[in-house]
Amino acid sequence: MNEFLLILLSAVLVNNYVLSKFLGICPFLGVSSKVEASVGMSWAVMFVITLAASTTWILEHYLLIPFDLLYLRTMFFILIIAALVQFIELAIHKSSPALHQTLGIYLPLITTNCAVLGVAILNVQQDKGFFASTLYGFGAAAGFALALILFAGLRERIDRAPVPESFKGSPVALITAGLLSLAFLGFAGLVRP
Amino acid sequence: MAILTAVALFAALALLVGIVLAVATRIFHVAGDPTAERIEALLPQTQCGQCRYPGCRPYAEAVAKGEAEVNRCVPGGEKVMRQIAEIMGVEPQAMEIEAPLPMVAMIREEECIGCTLCIKACPIDAIVGAPKQNHAVISSHCTGCQRCLEPCPVDCIEMLIKKERLEEWRWSAPSVVEQPEERKAA
Repeated sequence: MNEFLLILLSAVLVNNYVLSKFLGICPFLGVSSKVEASVGMSWAVMFVITLAASTTWILEHYLLIPFDLLYLRTMFFILIIAALVQFIELAIHKSSPALHQTLGIYLPLITTNCAVLGVAILNVQQDKGFFASTLYGFGAAAGFALALILFAGLRERIDRAPVPESFKGSPVALITAGLLSLAFLGFAGLVRP
Repeated sequence: MAILTAVALFAALALLVGIVLAVATRIFHVAGDPTAERIEALLPQTQCGQCRYPGCRPYAEAVAKGEAEVNRCVPGGEKVMRQIAEIMGVEPQAMEIEAPLPMVAMIREEECIGCTLCIKACPIDAIVGAPKQNHAVISSHCTGCQRCLEPCPVDCIEMLIKKERLEEWRWSAPSVVEQPEERKAA
């Protein structure tokens, strides 16, 4: 139990994918101008990364290792993640239009997001069990969601602040992202990776 | 040999995934209405509700089903109405039978308590202001949808008739569309 809690905590705070591994920066900067949109994106990412973490674990252990194809890991993972996301989008569209309205536009965006692939690859490299892998995926995604929503909240307020002309827009967003990342460095001593 | 195994395996997996997706597309096929989508693409997406539908998408769907007239979109005006009429293959109709004059919201600032409720209600963000500060309407952006009236707790918003400005002025449209048959008879 303790071990799982540690995995979760380490993935969310200490090894935050956006703020200390710098993966998934594209949606982090792209979908963070409104809190509402960032929440939608966060749900979609959590959904996809958790599923991708478990699917790629199965793929790794039942296909890649027996056939000695570890050098093709990236290709296989991209194929399976892209197909999985596509499949889920179809299924959601049919079964729950409301959920599709919330997640739909974000799902195709993150099919081969580097955070998704990064979680999958780091996961299998660390040689965890199936449950631990899935949990780590979920934790990493929750960390992504935390960073994204925090950042979107900050940006919404910065929009109303008197920012110097030359820093308006992206520059101030990048500076804020850097400061947020610095703040997350404070968690580094919390859990040893 | 190892390469052949790898290629074969990857191809097999890709084929499998492809088949699964192709089957899934059939199974999960949603009868999306292409007409509704084309109409929605024309609508201004202000979600103002002046068409008496909750938003642009529901209105587009209602038009596509033939449940709604083509002339309900007030912000879109005559241009959008003509385009919708073309898609639906019906005659262009006059905009809104009641023909409301262009309205613009105005906040009586001395009564405004700065509650921000109207700001949240405004579908196009044409109201500016901060909590406990006077709010103001950007009249050049206001579409006159009246959504801010109801949430205001002190009823300090009123609708004024929009004054014509030089930048927005244009020739008034002919009031009657001449029918081709009548022309022939004459």
